[in-house]
Amino acid sequence: MEDNFKVIDNYLMVRMPEEVDHHKSVYISKIADEYIMKEGIGNVVFDFETTRFMDSSGIGVIIGRYKKISYFGGKVFAINADTRIKRTLMICGLHKIVEIME
Amino acid sequence: METEQKIKNEMKRNTLLENEMRLSFDAVSVNEAFARVAVAAFVTPLNPTVEEISDIKTAVSEAVTNAIIHGYDEEFLGATGQKGKNQVYLHCKIVEDVLHVEVQDTGKGIADIDQAMEPLFTTRPDMDRSGMGFAFMEAFMDDLEVISEPFQGTLVRMKKKLGTISWIKQEE
Ligand SMILES: Nc1ncnc2c1ncn2[C@@H]1O[C@H](COP(=O)(O)OP(=O)(O)OP(=O)(O)O)[C@@H](O)[C@H]1O
Ligand SMILES: [Mg+2]
Repeated sequence: MEDNFKVIDNYLMVRMPEEVDHHKSVYISKIADEYIMKEGIGNVVFDFETTRFMDSSGIGVIIGRYKKISYFGGKVFAINADTRIKRTLMICGLHKIVEIME
Repeated sequence: METEQKIKNEMKRNTLLENEMRLSFDAVSVNEAFARVAVAAFVTPLNPTVEEISDIKTAVSEAVTNAIIHGYDEEFLGATGQKGKNQVYLHCKIVEDVLHVEVQDTGKGIADIDQAMEPLFTTRPDMDRSGMGFAFMEAFMDDLEVISEPFQGTLVRMKKKLGTISWIKQEE
């Protein structure tokens, strides 16, 4: 599981699982917060390359991390999201706080 | 040849027209994936599109997750002294080209349903919830109805029309 987290400079890279639901999201938030708090990482990049399913739990993970890092000027990015996941992010207006990149 | 095709279509239609299933499972988070995959498998004979399958899986996931984390939350479990054996009930029905899904719990219930259904409304910001569950069910299904009373549990009823039967009819 820890393999899914990697630090590059001041960026925490999080490889999102194939299915992002409540069951999976609890551990993602917990581990990401450890990096943010203990190592003082400023920005978070969520990589959706292998993600095929996401419900509102994924939205909660993103907003929760955003709240933690934006206070210190950090940014949240979403990369490799397919059209479905992009649509899910847009419905919630997350494109206003997350930079969605190709 | 033509008659054979007609008979095949007729048989296909009869197997599709009406079908029903019920499941109940423990209210634990591993079963969220089980529930949405079960419903997706149940509708496969209707030949849904990838998009329709995603919509259905998301909506089922939302309703089941709500039953697990809100219906049977610590407050409810503490008040009733219950532990572990809480169940989520899933009832699916296909009637012609419409999928009916019901997700029910016997948990703490909802006092103000209208407020609960508002986008971004959540009673659990501490759990990283965003208050988008009902909004997703509404966006991805054609019909959503919530029946609930405090301490009487919650029933979520959803419907989705699938684009299948119409093209079977066209083929005939
Ligand atoms: N089965 C249920 N039993 C009791 N309360 C519920 C149930 N389902 C929903 N609720 C209440 O309705 C609120 C809104 O639900 P909704 O699914 O829209 O958002 P959420 O679950 O809080 O967040 P998200 O779904 O985005 O993670 C919940 O916060 C909860 O208070
Ligand atoms: Mg919810």
